[in-house]
Amino acid sequence: MKRVYVNEEWCLGCHLCEYNCAFANSGARDMALALRGKPINPRIHVEGDGQVSYAVSCRHCADPICVRSCISGALHLEEGAVCIDRDKCVGCLTCVLVCPYGAVLPGPDGAAQKCELCLKNSCGAPACVTGCPNRAIVYEEREEVCP
Amino acid sequence: MKRYVVVGGSIAGVSCVEGIRSLDRDGEITLLSAEAQSNYGRPLISYYLEGKTDLARMSWRGPDFYAQNRVQALHGVRAADIDAASHRLSLSDGRTLDYDALCVCTGSQPFTPPFEGLETVERRCNFMTLEDALWLERTVTRRSRVLILGAGFIGLKCAEGLRDRAGSVTVCDLADHAMSASLDGESAGYLERHLEARGIQLRLGDTVARFYGNSARLRSGEVLPFDVLVLAVGVRPDTALLAGAGAAVDRGILVDAEMRTSLPDIWAAGDCTESRDLVTGELAVLANLPNASLQGRCAGVNMAGGAARFDRGIRMNAVGVCGLHLMSAGTRDEPVYTERTEQSCKKLFAKDGVLTGFILVGDVAGAGIYTALIRNRTPLDAIDFETIQRAPSLLPFGRRERTRMLGGAV
Repeated sequence: MKRVYVNEEWCLGCHLCEYNCAFANSGARDMALALRGKPINPRIHVEGDGQVSYAVSCRHCADPICVRSCISGALHLEEGAVCIDRDKCVGCLTCVLVCPYGAVLPGPDGAAQKCELCLKNSCGAPACVTGCPNRAIVYEEREEVCP
Repeated sequence: MKRYVVVGGSIAGVSCVEGIRSLDRDGEITLLSAEAQSNYGRPLISYYLEGKTDLARMSWRGPDFYAQNRVQALHGVRAADIDAASHRLSLSDGRTLDYDALCVCTGSQPFTPPFEGLETVERRCNFMTLEDALWLERTVTRRSRVLILGAGFIGLKCAEGLRDRAGSVTVCDLADHAMSASLDGESAGYLERHLEARGIQLRLGDTVARFYGNSARLRSGEVLPFDVLVLAVGVRPDTALLAGAGAAVDRGILVDAEMRTSLPDIWAAGDCTESRDLVTGELAVLANLPNASLQGRCAGVNMAGGAARFDRGIRMNAVGVCGLHLMSAGTRDEPVYTERTEQSCKKLFAKDGVLTGFILVGDVAGAGIYTALIRNRTPLDAIDFETIQRAPSLLPFGRRERTRMLGGAV
């Protein structure tokens, strides 16, 4: 399955992925209208210390502990992608308690939110990847490396 | 064709079905639920009262789950007796079921210590099942004065759920602070102030000495009149079925890391069990929804002939009450890191070079990174603990470990 991966050495720390993510999931047509002057709530976030930077978003684990732990059943698998039915979510944030990557986030309306690989919006492919100016974020198949 | 029987239709039972079906598409599965409804997250009942969910959305794995997984689900029926030698289960309606593999997921039962005069209280309930929530929905009016005994997770979530429905809500607990099982006094203070500012009245370090119909006299002498009483003092693993069958039972049903009981071909999972706490190394009832789910799935996989282990169970809890989020995991000894602001509080606990617990109040983002440190027993000298204690992120793991975490399919 194709997932989003970061190439840390290429990340500029520009945070564009966060803006592209917030815009992609805003449902709006105009980026400036969607984001200007508002706090953004992206589903990807850039971490770093000035020397190192990289983006973190959902790993779409094959055996996702967030899906197993979700009290409402809002988090679920769709053909390998971890998706969230935000209408079903009650905002208990147990997913935030268990995600080892810090990739599930409290959303602005109380419900949790997370990367759904832009499968649920009009982009069709992850907007963070498309908009990354240095190809530090890619969308591809990779071998399993973790136990 | 293998015959599977699952006793209990809550998270552990449903996860057990998922575990079985991950390996065995053909076996015959029968699931028993003592309740009229099953396959719903129990903690949702407070959100139901609050209006944040409804019966349709409460279905944990969806209304078609049993049909899609070809499960014969029997509702409103209990398992009465197990004959382990002949692999036969007797039901409360007189039927019997023969099994090749059985999983007991009976959960817990409310535990109420004897209170003088409790029988004089006409309108009282526990807060464990959807039925309890539906009863409260019918019973509590805008004029009702609700008294809740127990300021733990269940009692406080009930208080939140009833706050906008009732005239008043008072929560009473013998412990000197709220959620004493998972919070220390200081962190609980944030929660207590938050609740009181939202109209929920607390009586802590006090409990009912005697009930007189519609009033309660507390040990302190205070008399509290009420219309509806909710008993949320505590819960106990429901071990009766397996204890009766001769299985090894302590406070909970004893299970190994494969969720096997001491009886052949009988597994158990969820709140009814007692298993090894990764942090303390001791046997404990690790009753929380994630553990129930992971244990149930583990049992199901093993029942179907697979090899799964559940050996990383820890205490953990995420709770939001009236908009304030609190999380805790592991144990609490002396904090190695403490941070406080007006609205938030963080305490990290460590022992023998590994993180053993935490409490977060208010700011909970990234908490799972701390939880993973506990579950993985990550040596703290292998990461930049100075950085991670201030803010959870993947930075303190260093590039090599981070590349492993983020660089491949997981």
